[in-house]
Amino acid sequence: MSTTLTPILTKFWDDPQSWTLETYRAHDGYKALERALTMEPATLVQMTKDSGLRGRGGAGFPTGMKWGFLPPPDGGPRYLVVNADESEPGTCKDIPLMMAAPQFLIEGVAITSYAIGCNHAFIYLRGEVVHVYRRLLRAVEEAYAAGLLGKNIMGSGFDLEVTVHAGAGAYICGEETALLDSLEGRRGQPRLKPPFPAVAGLYARPTVVNNVESIASVPPILLYGDQWFADMGTEKSQGFGIFSLSGHVKRPGQYEAPLGITLRELLDMAGGMRDPQKKLKFWTPGGSSTPLFTDAHLDVPLDFESVGAAGSMLGTRALQIFDETTCVVRAVDRWTDFYKHESCGKCTPCREGTWWLKQITGRLENGQGSEEDLEKLLDICDNILGRSFCALGDGATSPITSSIQYFRDEYIAHLTHGGCPFDRDASSLFARENVSA
Amino acid sequence: MATEFGHQTASGHLTVPAESKEPYAADVLAQLHADAEQVVARYPQKRSALLPLLHLVQSVDGYITGRGIDFCAEVLDLSRAEVSGVATFYTQYKRHPNGEYTVGVCTNTLCAIMGGDQIWEAVSEHLGVGHDETTPDGKITLERVECNAACDYAPVVMANWEFFDNQTPESTKQLVDDLREGRNVAPTRGPSRVCTFKQVSRVLAGFNDGLADEGVGAGPASLEGLRVAREHNWTAPRGADAAEHHTEATAGGTTPGRHTSVNAPTNEPDELPGGEDAKGEQK
Repeated sequence: MSTTLTPILTKFWDDPQSWTLETYRAHDGYKALERALTMEPATLVQMTKDSGLRGRGGAGFPTGMKWGFLPPPDGGPRYLVVNADESEPGTCKDIPLMMAAPQFLIEGVAITSYAIGCNHAFIYLRGEVVHVYRRLLRAVEEAYAAGLLGKNIMGSGFDLEVTVHAGAGAYICGEETALLDSLEGRRGQPRLKPPFPAVAGLYARPTVVNNVESIASVPPILLYGDQWFADMGTEKSQGFGIFSLSGHVKRPGQYEAPLGITLRELLDMAGGMRDPQKKLKFWTPGGSSTPLFTDAHLDVPLDFESVGAAGSMLGTRALQIFDETTCVVRAVDRWTDFYKHESCGKCTPCREGTWWLKQITGRLENGQGSEEDLEKLLDICDNILGRSFCALGDGATSPITSSIQYFRDEYIAHLTHGGCPFDRDASSLFARENVSA
Repeated sequence: MATEFGHQTASGHLTVPAESKEPYAADVLAQLHADAEQVVARYPQKRSALLPLLHLVQSVDGYITGRGIDFCAEVLDLSRAEVSGVATFYTQYKRHPNGEYTVGVCTNTLCAIMGGDQIWEAVSEHLGVGHDETTPDGKITLERVECNAACDYAPVVMANWEFFDNQTPESTKQLVDDLREGRNVAPTRGPSRVCTFKQVSRVLAGFNDGLADEGVGAGPASLEGLRVAREHNWTAPRGADAAEHHTEATAGGTTPGRHTSVNAPTNEPDELPGGEDAKGEQK
């Protein structure tokens, strides 16, 4: 095995009080902010560009470049908004990060705000994780009390207010412009771009929207150097990231590693498949919106370029792993139900298309469709992909087109079998208990 | 009795109980105004306070009432239609009286396949209620929920938005029985007890209840990678403490963006609007 794990953001999660300011300070917390406040904001932006850090929320857009797109200061407010609305199916890295080590994010927010000239930052957290909200509120309280937020931070003259905002249940609010509308107290529906948030974001002011893990990665980059960060990972996908393994794997969990590690290596670290007799069947490299991979892709380096070249996307590094007991049609049908439920209704291809996709996948799973339905599915996908207002519609097509590409026979088997040929209990976590009981 | 809650007519009209429009008692209203003032003060523009204020309404009424909508509209200078439009968009806002505990079984793909479907069926049958329905004693509102970002603990059940990890049909039936009997129930990762729906709604309005220091920092799955790294003595490379700043900004101040509404470079290289590559930023 060539790649090894690199605990950085996860390094002290097992501390009994990992979420407190005291623990964070014992692990070099706020040293980076102290240094940042002595530097020129433009130098910090350049450092982030040089590190090669690319957005950890899925798209992989270079973080420093995003900061650099803000127009020159005009005397009015500029905002940083952290996207903590983690809800892409399979993605489960930001929530444990904020529960275990929220100060990483708060320090990153302070440094980023200073770098982009922001005096009021927002963290938009999904509303369905109340204990994480408590931890963030507490972390902000502690930081204020210690003079790390508020007026004249560390005597630098820099002021920063941070508001932690809870959403109320809507996947679409993870799309950055829908998030901004939601934060403004509206229905969370995506905006037409341009203008981009960098020009007209929150309250139509220049705004940077970054993912939690991206912002939390800023303090270590500042502390250890952009070169240190850039030396990890691959040539174009630099640095480290948290890889989330879930599903039919022996030890699911969070594995922090350089980009470019392979699923084969990660599976090895995670103890292999839950049952070595049962082969890996399909997996998502970065959540349900990224096209499925199969056991043929075990050695694809998990970086933006390699995953893209192999026909999928790195996304959020949410590796949902399914073994051969799993019915791919059932899986796809359920994801399709999700997209139908979460489509915001703003644009027609997505609103109507996801509804019809669900009608068809539902009847296929129940063995009631016909072979023509597969062509119909692909045709509808073709009319959604690239034609919907935001990426939710695009994402809805990924599991369908990729599953038909790799598992067409299994769709057909549902028709000849007159229903789902799989035993659903065999794929559940408690299958073995039930059998032995 | 379950049918009394949030009856929906065949044409889709929602019948809300008449008392939902009865005015608040003077002391309740005074407290709401005092709280709302604090919420509004967190934002540069007051409309941003709408989501937390709707959580606040639920902390008093247990759902989004007609009077709660009136209250938000008045405080934020919005029409009732504008407030209702927002309230009906988000799934955490309840359109009819909610039980004391919302129990949500994740039936998104990963959890469903790991056993969430079986849990859902067992608990639904056990309680005799379906999705978004409440038990006759007003204790439990059962829901199917979407991915709650805890896939490494699948199958997952949420009780008032606290994590119950690695559930089975039996453990979830026990959970709802305990909640109905008023026994103390501790989440797997969360405070020492599950708070009521109204209490949790107040936290979501941004009022910390002092329980942040309870519970674990991370569950076992969150620590798996760290454990493996320790076992193998793997660490991140030790960076040279970057005291020297070898990079200089290429331009004074932040790099100028464009002032026109056409800001195409923001999208490059891989964030094409509506295009395939935009996907990631959406989540």
